[in-house]
Amino acid sequence: MTLLSVSNLKTSYGKTTVLTGVSFHIDEGETYALVGESGSGKTTLIRAIAGLAPAQDGLILFQGKNIRGLSDRKMRPFRKDISLMFQDPVGSLSPRLTVGGLITEPYRIQGMNNRDLNAEAIRLLEMVGLPADMAGRYPFQLSGGQARRVGVARALALEPKLLLADEPTAGLDVSVQGELLNLLNDLRDQLGLSMLIITHNLNIVRHVSDRMGIMYLGQLVEEGTTEDVFHHSKHPYTRALLSASPKPDPHAKMDRIILQGDPPSLLKRPSGCEFRSRCPFAKDICKEKPEWNETHGHNVRCFIPLS
Amino acid sequence: MSDPITDKETKVKMSDHRQSEFLKIVGGVAKNPLGLIGLIIVGVFVFCALFADWIVPHDPVGMNIKDRLQGPSTTYFLGTDQLGRDTFSRLIMGSQVALKVALPAVFGAMFIGLTLGMIAGYGPRWLDNFLSLIFDTIRSFPTVMFALAVVALVGPSLQTVVFVVMATSIPIYGRVARTQTLALRNSEFILAERSMGASLFRILGIHMMPNIIGVLSVLAAMDIPTVIALEAGLSFLGLGVKPPTPSWGSLLKDGYALIRQTPWLIVAGGLPIIIATLGFTFLGETLRDVVDPRLRKNR
Amino acid sequence: MTAPLLQIDGVTIDYNTKKGNLRALRDISFDVNKGEIVGIVGESGCGKSTLISTILQLLPQNAEWKKGAINFKGKNLIACSEKEMRDMRGKDISVIFQDPMQSLNPVITIGRQMVDIQHRSTSPYVEKWQKAIDMLSMVGIADAETRLKQHPFEFSGGMLQRIAIAMALMSRPDLLIADEPTTALDATLEVEIIKRLKDLHKEMGCSILFISHHLGVIAELCQRVVVMYAGSVVEFGSVDEIFFNPKHPYTRRLIECDPGHIKERAKRLPTIPGEIPDLTEALEGCIFQERCSEIIAKCKISTPHFVSVGQNHQAACWLNHNQEPE
Repeated sequence: MTLLSVSNLKTSYGKTTVLTGVSFHIDEGETYALVGESGSGKTTLIRAIAGLAPAQDGLILFQGKNIRGLSDRKMRPFRKDISLMFQDPVGSLSPRLTVGGLITEPYRIQGMNNRDLNAEAIRLLEMVGLPADMAGRYPFQLSGGQARRVGVARALALEPKLLLADEPTAGLDVSVQGELLNLLNDLRDQLGLSMLIITHNLNIVRHVSDRMGIMYLGQLVEEGTTEDVFHHSKHPYTRALLSASPKPDPHAKMDRIILQGDPPSLLKRPSGCEFRSRCPFAKDICKEKPEWNETHGHNVRCFIPLS
Repeated sequence: MSDPITDKETKVKMSDHRQSEFLKIVGGVAKNPLGLIGLIIVGVFVFCALFADWIVPHDPVGMNIKDRLQGPSTTYFLGTDQLGRDTFSRLIMGSQVALKVALPAVFGAMFIGLTLGMIAGYGPRWLDNFLSLIFDTIRSFPTVMFALAVVALVGPSLQTVVFVVMATSIPIYGRVARTQTLALRNSEFILAERSMGASLFRILGIHMMPNIIGVLSVLAAMDIPTVIALEAGLSFLGLGVKPPTPSWGSLLKDGYALIRQTPWLIVAGGLPIIIATLGFTFLGETLRDVVDPRLRKNR
Repeated sequence: MTAPLLQIDGVTIDYNTKKGNLRALRDISFDVNKGEIVGIVGESGCGKSTLISTILQLLPQNAEWKKGAINFKGKNLIACSEKEMRDMRGKDISVIFQDPMQSLNPVITIGRQMVDIQHRSTSPYVEKWQKAIDMLSMVGIADAETRLKQHPFEFSGGMLQRIAIAMALMSRPDLLIADEPTTALDATLEVEIIKRLKDLHKEMGCSILFISHHLGVIAELCQRVVVMYAGSVVEFGSVDEIFFNPKHPYTRRLIECDPGHIKERAKRLPTIPGEIPDLTEALEGCIFQERCSEIIAKCKISTPHFVSVGQNHQAACWLNHNQEPE
């Protein structure tokens, strides 16, 4: 069953077009990862789904109902089912509230004051592996990893159906990063969550997502199962991204695709294929706009896909 | 380079977080010598105002023509005025008037300014423009002119002074609150509240306000002496509190008229204004450093 | 054999904080040879920033110098006057920071800043301008002439970092300290910066002290590696030794944790449970004991000292002291 389906979503801020038509869907219980670098529009996309960023055109269907462009008030009933985790572990926690107050905030907002909020706080802290006495602390007294766990607890307090996670491992040390991904994996299995994870870090995607999409300048350029994208990538940009991550091995062979130049500005988008300006394989045909090519769930937007 | 001692390195062991924030701030102020002086002056000032009726050695409005225009003596610490009223007692009583004007005016202005400023900063663009225009319009009025106009309309009284002071300082608080709100409205914790479906009241009242009020209270502490001086000024012009109620301004006025005969009268009237102003300014400045840790670090 | 360019010998630094003495650096020793790229690996709280400030002698007021010495080109930096240090910073020792946007002045053009930084040179303005053009082309910024007239906000993050590198190398320093220079950048730009640094290193032959938490970047760029944890050096050696023959449990676990290391989808990712110890509290024994899975009785009693565990490779862990019966 499809839980979330986004089709042809477009967003612009004034003259700057950030999303130029994004389409993808997430099934129930599935984890989908969107990978892109800065300026690819992934944060705008996730916020548009959560109703925090504008989206002028397209559809966002959650359980079949269109939630694009709803006002904060009309969006409210959906808030229980869709929760969002932000990039900055500490900065996304209200600084003057204690941890206990923060993680029970969803109950208060949804008017569930009749619950025993203290008990809920302890239950949630236990769920994310934090000691109960953490409830009295303030955000600035937490380490990055702890703050991130508090964020997870808050996001899952109401047992949502869909968790949107914006760079869930940003700002975490390598030794803590794994803990968080393990936690998310466990909770997904326990609660039957669907997740949309957006990140620039390909290395973490491999271990959490079922399917993934690669974004470039506000558009998907490749999409498929995590296996397919990692092992049989077709788009040159995906290839470059995959080869870009330095491996902890001094003897690793570097058959790297180094991209020329810098990502183009959103105000001066290249004509035709938008990756053309940096693509090492660009030909004349790339001056046209490439179509979205769908083959057995492994889709690519390129005239000359790599094999 | 940023301060190498990051939060992570100085991991805070939980022991002091339950300590009241108010006590922590007062403690921080008292550590600074200037802050301590400010705290003492303000403390004495508030004490005088609260217990004026018990402290005063003589009736502040009671005339005693026999003893008029006396110099300082053991009976009259600061001498008497032209009607033989004890200056010292009138000063003490005057502090009550000063506080009666300053506190409601400043806190009223702060509260209204905070509310309007947050609405301007968080609300739609047109509302922001509209409120900003009003703030600027009010601020462009010279305070004294505005006061003269209002007094001419409704007559001099304590309430008029409070109203004038409040109206003219609302925009100052409003502006600051608006800027702070604008800076915070797109921060992740506010977006997180929105993503959970928090109401406007909740976002502004519970999450935005506590982060703004610190800055505003500092502003208020530094504003109180201005207000006291303004009240004195209006009373000096005869537009403030009605005689015979003693106020620092009217004392100054009486002293000014008799400056050639009894100079200590004007000295006695001026000193409390100067000392109170200094006290509140010291307190405000130290408060600013204590409340805003970034400023402290740059010292 | 010539003496090392930079010699850090037993440096110990405390911060006086409200909570007591914070032991930020504990007996740090390592060398950087001429023309060498040395990587420092460590996670947050390991004391990397304090170390940089120490080398530059820019420690904050509450820092207390306990012991140790820093020799740079045979000169003891601790004995140097503030003026001598000022002459050295930016000329003999340059630094690149993590966020280039914050290390450049936003309201002054790049060209002005690049000329201003040559304030020590007496050459005429035209020559300084030309040098700025040369340096920009060297770090791969096309159309340098017009670019010099632009302000920092007109550049992308990757370009600004390259400009920062150009500025740092302008004075041909003997030592370049790079503080997480690629952390704020996207992966595709990160590899470009590393390649650029490698090329420049070949060309200019300066020593580089490269600080990063990213093992992949360290493996690719550095010749020798120093591993730091909670203010201490726990292991150092050649890059091959560290990555293929790690002898300290922390190094081993850190390499295991790097997700770039794990090729196939893992249900559970390896982690290092626990948190960095509170540095204000006195700790008997090994600094890593609370999180170590291979702990033995001795670890809680005394601090392990370094033993040689291979060629140019030392680790501070009791497990390597197998000759001593315990």
